[in-house]
Amino acid sequence: MRYNPILRACAKFLIAPIMLFALYVQFHGDYGPGGGFQAGVIFAVAFILYSLIYGVHNARKVAPMWLLRLLMAAGVLLYGGVGVATMLLGGVFLDYDLLAHDPQHGQHYGILLVEAGVGLTVASVMMVLFFTFAGRKE
Amino acid sequence: MILANLAALQVVIPLLAAPIGIALRPATLAWAWATLVAIAAFACSVGLFLQVQTGGPISYAIGGWEPPWGIEYKVDALSTFMLVLISGIGASVLLYARRSVEAEIDPPRIYLFYVAYLLCLSGLLGMVITGDAFNVFVFLEISSLSSYAMIAMGKSRRALAAAYHYLILGTVGATFYVIGVGMVYMLTGTLNMDDLARLMPQAAGYRTLEVALAFFTVGLALKLALFPMHKWLPDAYTYAPSVVTAFLASTSTKVGLYVMIRVFFTVFGAPYMTEGIPVADVLVVLALAAMFSGSAVAIWQGDLKRSLAYSSVAQIGYMVLGVALISVAGMTAGLLHLFNHALMKAALFLALGAVFLRIGSVHIQDMQGIARQMPITMACFVVGGLSLIGVPLTAGFISKWYLMLAAFQDGRWWLAVLIVLSSLLAVVYVWRVVEAAYLRPRPQGAPVATEAPLSLLLPMIGMAAANIWFGIDTSFSMTAAEAAARAALGAALGTGGVQ
Repeated sequence: MRYNPILRACAKFLIAPIMLFALYVQFHGDYGPGGGFQAGVIFAVAFILYSLIYGVHNARKVAPMWLLRLLMAAGVLLYGGVGVATMLLGGVFLDYDLLAHDPQHGQHYGILLVEAGVGLTVASVMMVLFFTFAGRKE
Repeated sequence: MILANLAALQVVIPLLAAPIGIALRPATLAWAWATLVAIAAFACSVGLFLQVQTGGPISYAIGGWEPPWGIEYKVDALSTFMLVLISGIGASVLLYARRSVEAEIDPPRIYLFYVAYLLCLSGLLGMVITGDAFNVFVFLEISSLSSYAMIAMGKSRRALAAAYHYLILGTVGATFYVIGVGMVYMLTGTLNMDDLARLMPQAAGYRTLEVALAFFTVGLALKLALFPMHKWLPDAYTYAPSVVTAFLASTSTKVGLYVMIRVFFTVFGAPYMTEGIPVADVLVVLALAAMFSGSAVAIWQGDLKRSLAYSSVAQIGYMVLGVALISVAGMTAGLLHLFNHALMKAALFLALGAVFLRIGSVHIQDMQGIARQMPITMACFVVGGLSLIGVPLTAGFISKWYLMLAAFQDGRWWLAVLIVLSSLLAVVYVWRVVEAAYLRPRPQGAPVATEAPLSLLLPMIGMAAANIWFGIDTSFSMTAAEAAARAALGAALGTGGVQ
């Protein structure tokens, strides 16, 4: 596919909107369908499309394995960290009410942070899965 | 603050320590971190045990969402009993792990191994502590996926095949469980176990409920390796690294049994178990088949890890037998055996791990005369073996004794006879090892083994000593098991059935 100009041009057109759409799904999750899981998958799709058209090696330069591994862990830590923070504020695990003066704002911040953690982990896990299988030499 | 959140911390500490472990690459550092975390988890479970003993069951609402709507962590006598056991074994095995893991696992992967271990630990603890039927499935997947990864890290290439085999069957088991949850949810509209128990009488007449119970039984029987659904277990235990075998053999199948008890007695309730489809009778037959077939096959295995794996299949039979009697006495015996068997298998597999570290094999041929070169290790093995047979003054005797009493109390004396007969088979497969290790000379040209290093010996001796301790002083294990049995059955039988 490396020498197919139509595919290359289309991919370039599509990758940016895909990422933007992923962010839309991510942040719209509080109000409508969507959220971290879906957004993470869509975001990873942008990278997968890029590596299909331009080669896995180039994609790996942007998202090296060690970085993805750290991001996977960081997402889980962000999620759990919100829970630990609410415990430190004197509530129970993941009680978002305590994150702001107004419980409603607290719930908003809480779900936003937790979903960000989910999105981060899902996106990097999807990429790791793809790179692992795509990178096999046999 | 810590005390009020102990129920959440029990799971959160190992769960969040695992991703942090990704950053700790040096093998010794990763080991130290995992060990520290496992000890912290053990401290949490002891704290919860004391809290429940003085203050009664704890209910913890995650995120502040009240129980039937949100996820509830429910800590009662049964769950604290299991928590103490799992986190205690988890910490002891880790204390032992450093040298054994360095020898058996690919060095660049060691830190990932400890991450997987912590994830598996948090999954097992989560399955025990949660009071939500679907949350059990989530934690079941966390612990299962990480154990597949740990088994696949075994040295032999066959470890991959064993892990894959386990992955397929384990996934089938988990799927069956979740199908059961789905059917129960369809009938009642709730996932909280206590709420399910409350709404269950309204659903009692439906065929769907019977199908759900069948799915639960088969799915969980796969996870706890009940005969004839045990085929994944021997390969997985044989080819996994020694540390993983010791850890999984003493915790993973036990948690499967715990979930089965929860589903049968907390959710469905003892009356349904006796009046509905005859699940208990089927389980008695399968348990007896496991006791005899597992032990009989164990006798013919050359690889001792495989032999002990088949012995585990047999011992799971005893536990299921106790539970399937549906009486407080039987449940107490089953739980007591669950506890004692964890101690036995930990001692035995840790001893085999030390032998493997020194001579690179646990085949009975290669272990001839080894007792002269590794006397302490083999002494620990013998103590574990005696406990496995059920010799008086060892933990194994206590649980088999109570199991027989429960059988008599139930009027099924023939069960007691079968328990003794199957124990005789255990004498054979333990004696084979004693004969080879103690009575045969070390063959010419065999590698010279030295006694295992102290870091391996201490946890091993601790486990062997626990086998003797809990065979003489049963005040902790017996009262805890009895309280746990009452907690499991008490709610189900009401006050009428339990004296």
